[in-house]
This record gives sequence, C-alpha cells and structure tokens, in this order.
Amino acid sequence: MSFIAKPKVIHPQSPRNKLGLTVRDYEGGMSTLCAGCGHDSVTGAIVQVAFELSIPPHRMAKLSGIGCSSKTPAYFAKQSHGFNTVHGRMPSVASGANAANSDLWYIGVSGDGDSLSIGLGQFCHAIRRNVNMLYIIENNGVYGLTKGQFSASADLGSKAKKGAENQQPPIDPCRMAISMGAGFVARSFSGDKEQLLPLIKAGLSHKGFAVIDVISPCVTFNDHEGSTKSYEYTRQHFHPAIQANYVPPSEELKVQYKAGEAMPVILHDGSQIILRKVAGKYDPTDRASIYSYLEQYQQAGEVITGLLYYDDNLKEMHDLSNIVDQPLSMIDHAELCPGDDALQVLQNVWR
Amino acid sequence: MQPTDITNPDYFHKVVDCQRGCPAHTDVPGYIRLIAQGRFSDAYLLNRRTNVFPGVLGRVCDRPCEPACRRGRVDEEPVAICRLKRVAADLRDNIRDRLPTAPVEKSGKRIALVGAGCASLAVANDLMPLGHEIVIYEAQDVPGGLMRSNIPSFRLPEDVLDEEIAQIVDMGVDLRLGTEVESLKALLGEGYDAIFIGSGAPKGKNLDLPGRYESDRIHIGIEWLESIAFEHIDSVGQNVLIIGVGNTAMDCCRSSLRLGAKNVKVMARKPRAFFKASEWELKDAEEENVEIVVNHSPKEFVVEAGKLVGMKFELMEYDLDEQGKIVAQRITGETFVPCDDVVLAIGQDNAFPWIERDLGIDFDQWDVPVVDPVTYQSGCKNVFFGGDAAFGPKNIIWAVEHGHQAAISIHKYCRGEDVADRLKDGMHLSSTKMGLHEWSYSNSYDDAERTLVPHLSLLERFKDLDFEVELGFDAERAVREVERCLNCDQQTVFTAGLCIECDACIDVCPVKCLTMTRNGDETDLRERLSTPARNLQQDLYVSAALPQTSRVMVKDEDLCVHCGLCAERCPTAAWDMQKFTLAVPYAIDENVAPEPEQIARKWGI
Repeated sequence: MSFIAKPKVIHPQSPRNKLGLTVRDYEGGMSTLCAGCGHDSVTGAIVQVAFELSIPPHRMAKLSGIGCSSKTPAYFAKQSHGFNTVHGRMPSVASGANAANSDLWYIGVSGDGDSLSIGLGQFCHAIRRNVNMLYIIENNGVYGLTKGQFSASADLGSKAKKGAENQQPPIDPCRMAISMGAGFVARSFSGDKEQLLPLIKAGLSHKGFAVIDVISPCVTFNDHEGSTKSYEYTRQHFHPAIQANYVPPSEELKVQYKAGEAMPVILHDGSQIILRKVAGKYDPTDRASIYSYLEQYQQAGEVITGLLYYDDNLKEMHDLSNIVDQPLSMIDHAELCPGDDALQVLQNVWR
Repeated sequence: MQPTDITNPDYFHKVVDCQRGCPAHTDVPGYIRLIAQGRFSDAYLLNRRTNVFPGVLGRVCDRPCEPACRRGRVDEEPVAICRLKRVAADLRDNIRDRLPTAPVEKSGKRIALVGAGCASLAVANDLMPLGHEIVIYEAQDVPGGLMRSNIPSFRLPEDVLDEEIAQIVDMGVDLRLGTEVESLKALLGEGYDAIFIGSGAPKGKNLDLPGRYESDRIHIGIEWLESIAFEHIDSVGQNVLIIGVGNTAMDCCRSSLRLGAKNVKVMARKPRAFFKASEWELKDAEEENVEIVVNHSPKEFVVEAGKLVGMKFELMEYDLDEQGKIVAQRITGETFVPCDDVVLAIGQDNAFPWIERDLGIDFDQWDVPVVDPVTYQSGCKNVFFGGDAAFGPKNIIWAVEHGHQAAISIHKYCRGEDVADRLKDGMHLSSTKMGLHEWSYSNSYDDAERTLVPHLSLLERFKDLDFEVELGFDAERAVREVERCLNCDQQTVFTAGLCIECDACIDVCPVKCLTMTRNGDETDLRERLSTPARNLQQDLYVSAALPQTSRVMVKDEDLCVHCGLCAERCPTAAWDMQKFTLAVPYAIDENVAPEPEQIARKWGI
C-alpha cells in the first residue's frame, strides 16, 4: 500500500466516454494489495472496460466474498453499489440482488479459495441458476491472505515458496463451469490486457452467467521458480485457443471475415463477439471436445486461454423463473406485495 | 526506438523543465526544497552558484523558468519560482563567511572588464577566486549597469543591489568608477592579459517622426529611466504616452505614475498577442490603472507654439492566419491623442563608438560585434564579449550566463589553453527511497492554486518612488508554494531487466504516462501510448526489451507529476525515484574536474 492518495490530477487530453467521464472516474480507493499483485491489473482492466462501455457508475453492482481477490471491488468504481459477503457466499447474495433488481450490471469478483474451496457449492449453483452476471475468478493457486498455502486450483507438482510440492489434483474452474452448463466460459491472464479487456466486455454484455478464470499471479507467495502460476510460467505456457474481439452495439463490423475463419456472435444488446480460432481444431460450441481438449493440455502443464465455450441459447434466471421484465425493485410495494387477502386467493388456487 | 541513453546528462536535464529553461541552469527544485525546509541560507547559496544575484533576480528576473514549468501544463499556473528565489534572499542569515574569496597567492594575470553591469560582475565573481587581478571600468559613479539605471527602485530596492554587488567587489576587485573607456586600442595598450566587454546595449531606439525634435518633452525610455534613477528627473506631466509595449515600457509607465502623472497610456502598434512585455509585468501595470491601447501606429508628434500637445496615430487593422501570424494589415483611420510627455520605449541598440574598427573585431550589419556563441571570444583573441554587448538586448539572467562562459574562456586563454575545449556537463543520480513507501522528497501531489504575492496597496505605493510594490512571500506562503513543485529532478529511472511486466505501474499512474507495448519508430510509438504523446517538445523514455515478452516500457515525460507511485507499486524496484543533480562546470572547475557527488553532498541535496 502507499501512504499517499493517487493524485487527483489527470492528463488534460484524457479521453472522455459517452457520459463525459474519464477513466479516472471509474477508479476506487488506493489498493492495499502487495505491489505487483495480478489482482490490481484485473482491477485496472475492469476500470478500463467500465469506462469504455460508458456504464453509469450508479448502475453497476460489485460483489465479492473473502480473500485478496475479494478486496479488489474496493479499488474500482467507487460510486457503484458494493457488497462484501461472507466467505464463499457471494453467488447467493448476487442471485438475491439480481432477483430484486435485474437492471444493474453485476460484477462478482472472487478468488480460487472463495470459489473453488469454501464457495464451490455456491459457485456451481449460481451457474445452474444462470444468474445474469460477470463472475471473475482471480486465480493465483495460493491462499495469499493466510501466507501462501496451496489452494484448490494449484497444479500437480507446482512448488510452494519453500519447496513443498502440491500432491492434490487441481479444480479447473473452466471445465467445472462447462460441465455445470455455463453459457460463457473464458480464461485469461492478468498480464495480458489485450486479451482480457474484450473478454470482460463480452462477459458483461452476455445475458446469463459469464465466468472468466483470470490467472492472476501472487507476487508474494507464488511468483517463484517452480510455481505454475507465476508471471514467467504463465507467459511461457500461454496458448490462446480462441481470440475474441468485442464490437459494441453502435459500431458496425469494419472487417469482413471469410466463412470458417471467424464466427460472429450477436449478443442480446446488439453487440457482437467475433471469435477466431487460433489453435488448430477447436470448436467453442462443442462441449465434449472442449472438455477433453482442456484436460489434455492441462495434463501437459499448458494454459489454454480465450473464450473457451459459448452458448447463447440458454435461459437466464429471470426467464427460468418466469419473472416479469420490470425489475422487482421498481414495482410499487402495494402491487408487489398485495397482502394477505391476495395470498389466500393464490393459495386457494392450489387447494 | 533505441533505448534512451540516461547516462547522457542532457536527457534528465530536459526533464527538469525549469532548470533547462533557465539560461544559467539554476537547480530550481533543489533550492526551493531547501526553502521549504527553512534552510534559506543554503537555498540562497545554491542559487548564487549559478545566477550570482539571487536577491535581484528574485525580484526582476525575466523568469524563463516559469513558462517552462511542468506545473503550467498540468494545471495552467506554473510554480512561482522567481518569488521563491526572493524568499531565500530575504530570509537568509548572514552568509558572508560562506561566500567565495580570492586566494592570497595571485595568478599574475590581469584582466580588464568594461562596464560594471551584471555580465562583468559575473565574470569577476568567477575569476576572483582563481587569483586573477580584475579591474572594472565603469562610466557611472555607481556600479550595477542597467540593473541600477533601468529598473525602477519600486521593483528593485537599492540596498538589495548594493549588497549583491558588494559580495563580488569585496573579494578585491579594482573597481574604477566614473572612468569611461574611450578607446579599446588604448585599453589593449595597457597590457591586460584579457579584456571582457560587458558594456550593455546602452542606446535607446529613436522614433524619427515629424515633430520629433521640436519639443524637449519627448524622451528616450532607458535614458529617461536612468535620469530618474540618478535623480536628475523628479516630475512629469499629467498626461503621458508611452510608445512600445516591452518590459521597459512597463517600467516607464509605472515610473510616470510615481512622478505625478495621472493619465498614462501605453500605445501599441499591434494586438496584445504580439506584446513583448512579460504577462506579469503587463498585469502589474494594469493593476495600477495604466491603459494599454492597441492597434495605434505612431504617425506624428504634434507641437503647437513650441509645446507638445499630443500625438497623431494611424488606426491599424490586422488579418491573422490560423497560427495567429499577421498576414495583412490596413490603415483604417487616424486619431489624435493629447499628452504632455511622450516616452519612447521601442527597443535598444548596441553602441560601440569607442571600439576602433582595425583591431580584428568584426561587426555585423546591426553594428553588433561578431562573437563566438560558445566561447564569447571576438576576432581579437584576447577580447571577449558578454551580456547585451555580445548579442543585443536580452536580460539579466542571460548576461550572468554569458559571464560564466566568458570567465571559463578567459581563464583558459590566460593559461594558454584552447578556449573551445571545454568541460561538459556532468550528472549524479541517487535513489531517494527511504523505506517501503517513503521518499526523501514530498511526493504527494498538492492541488493548491498558485500563491499570490502580497502587494503594497494602491493608496500607499505611489507615495514614494522607492516604495517596493511587491512585498514577497513570508515563510508560510513560501512553503505552500513549494509544495506545488512537481519535483521534476526526482527522476523515474527504469531498469528493464528487473521488470516482471505486472502492469502495476501502468495502472497506478495518475496521468497515464506509462505504456508497455511492442517497439516502433517514434511517430508510431507516440500515437500508441496509453494517452497519445502529442507534445513533441517532451521526450519519450524508452526501455530496453523487457525480459518476458520483449515489449518495451515507454514513458511520456510530458505530464509526469513525479508522485513516485510507479516506484511504490513496483514489486521488483524496476522503477526507482532518483534525485538528478546536474553538474554545470564553471571557471574554477577547469582547475579541478567537477565531482557531482561532492556538489550534492556539499549542498545536502
């Protein structure tokens, strides 16, 4: 952490978005994470995306659980709604918030401990419910706040700072999400904003649960030789399988793609994701083949990145539950809660 | 781009805009930090090393440092550097025993200086400690040159000037007042080892229009100011016209008000954007209700029955292009402006009637001697020029710098060395890291606005010509103003080999001046940065290829506020904040090579 606040001064030529805000308007408090933490870079990416998409800060809700990763919502969008939940319980609170007000942009930020250990059940069920939110896992393979024990995502054979080797198999959040039926599953790296920014944009625009597993190195406990989640290892074993470009709704496609080379996906808000294959045979819509592809490369210690799986035909939580389009929080209380008499009438229907 | 060579002192020197902008390269951030620490005497002496007259310059410098100041690009108003300099001079203790002295053992060389103005005095200041014998010839009965005769005492009190001149003369200079040099040939005949001519540009330009010689109420600006300074003139008419809008014109109009004028107009031929006067001098004059009239071109002095009654002007209209340059001009009419006195302040010329033209010194078409721009040596090898005498009218701080350079040349010439073979600038960098997040300078950005200097009230100031208008900062105001300094001498130094490319510095930078990207040529890189670098005056700092991805780290120096957050957020100390000290060589360093570390230690910076 730093003793001084980030100076308020901005570059006079700083670009402004459609709301007239600069990127600085989407920042939060000064980070208290270790200098060089990957999480700060993810924070930087979220700030940039919120700026570029011109999201009104008061229309954004940021939620997190417990852990280094879960501190990060304090460092972006200081004017947005925020909720720090109990450890691993962010998906429930996010589901509740979303149920009450479907009209906000929801960003959940979690970590490998919060999502894959204590909150694994919550994570899986949020996927099943298909809550309309972006769920970012800042994945560093260690429990940083408790001094660097292996987490559930640590790879087999990865070495701790003092040399101990991890013997337990890792949980891959991407394969898990695919198997649970998520419609948007991506992996990226905090040290590659070129890839990360369009993925965050696409994830926010996707209607339904979008999960991005971001390899986000822990500079203090997991950035040494022998670690499989360090900056250097990740850069050496980084393989983009699918390149995803995001085209906002107002912009027309500038480049024409030959059939087979690229696959444009039109999202509900009119924006598009242009998927382009980088690695040989890879079909981001074929769950079975992706599953084995990811497993095979994981065995080899490689990090496959990009928008790994995409399905835009899934119903999200409100559709599944047949909830009205108008956010519940916007409905007049008398109408939303018509009272005991109305309840009796309803119950009599099923008697 | 090739990696930036930061071992060249020039690179970081350019980052310290104020120091670069100062002709004498005064270490501005260094001395104003000393002021904030209450070390006024140290600040004064650090100043004096480079600019010789901190008390004088703290009041009347043309302050090229301020338009250059980075703060002016970040939030419009630069740091009030000049007024801070005055604080060091006003609040210092007695520093007599810390001033340079002349050695007992003399070099045996005799050097004559013509004119006791700032250039000559600077030469004497640098050469006396080397044991040379210095003789200064001055036509007036007091030393100081234009500093005394042309700057009114309500801007520069006499005692300030006297003290700073005494600091030099008291080293044992043979100052011959009231001794005008009438022939350079004769002076050469006196056997001096070298002669320095710092006689200024003592001739005010004339305006030869009809009626010019029919009245004695038409004055040449600098001569008129001189007469006021030496108390030959103590009154002026009620209505005064000043012709010209340079800094001399500002001194003339403000002096008129103090001699009894009630209605003073400054007449300008062109619109305000073309004025030569510094913005602050214009403001000071306007504060005193001087009217500045634009687009009036003088046509005729109107004299009736031997009495000046006014002036005729042509009314001008100009067409400007997009860059604001005049592309066409028209006369749209004529007007008469009544007045009792006219002061012509339209510029100065050099005058050398006393230099014979067969001594080997060449003169150009404007009758200015041809002088080497680096060594200040003339065609006559043992004659050197400096100040306004060398290249025409500039200002005090340029004259001081000429003096320093001429002193080096004279010293080398006296030792039989090649005057062109000079020491180069040196530099020293030292880390200012004190702890995990602590630096030895105040790195927090202070968003305070420029502190205003208190002025004597408009009721008080006209009572006496000698009442100083600006009252100067007190210590508290000075500290507040110093906090506005962006500490540009605290350089961001990058070690590519340590970088793990975590983006921390890029994300934390408040002005988005850092980018990691693939290398390219400069035009290409400038457009690809986090915020495009469109100020071409400011350099890009480009690293060597980074270890993991072979990209480069690029820093746009333009708006960096030197907050040090990049270095605080860097996990590997690839970024560090390092204090840059420029070692400018002086004549004395020709004897001992400069050791920047010693300089830094000596001044505690």
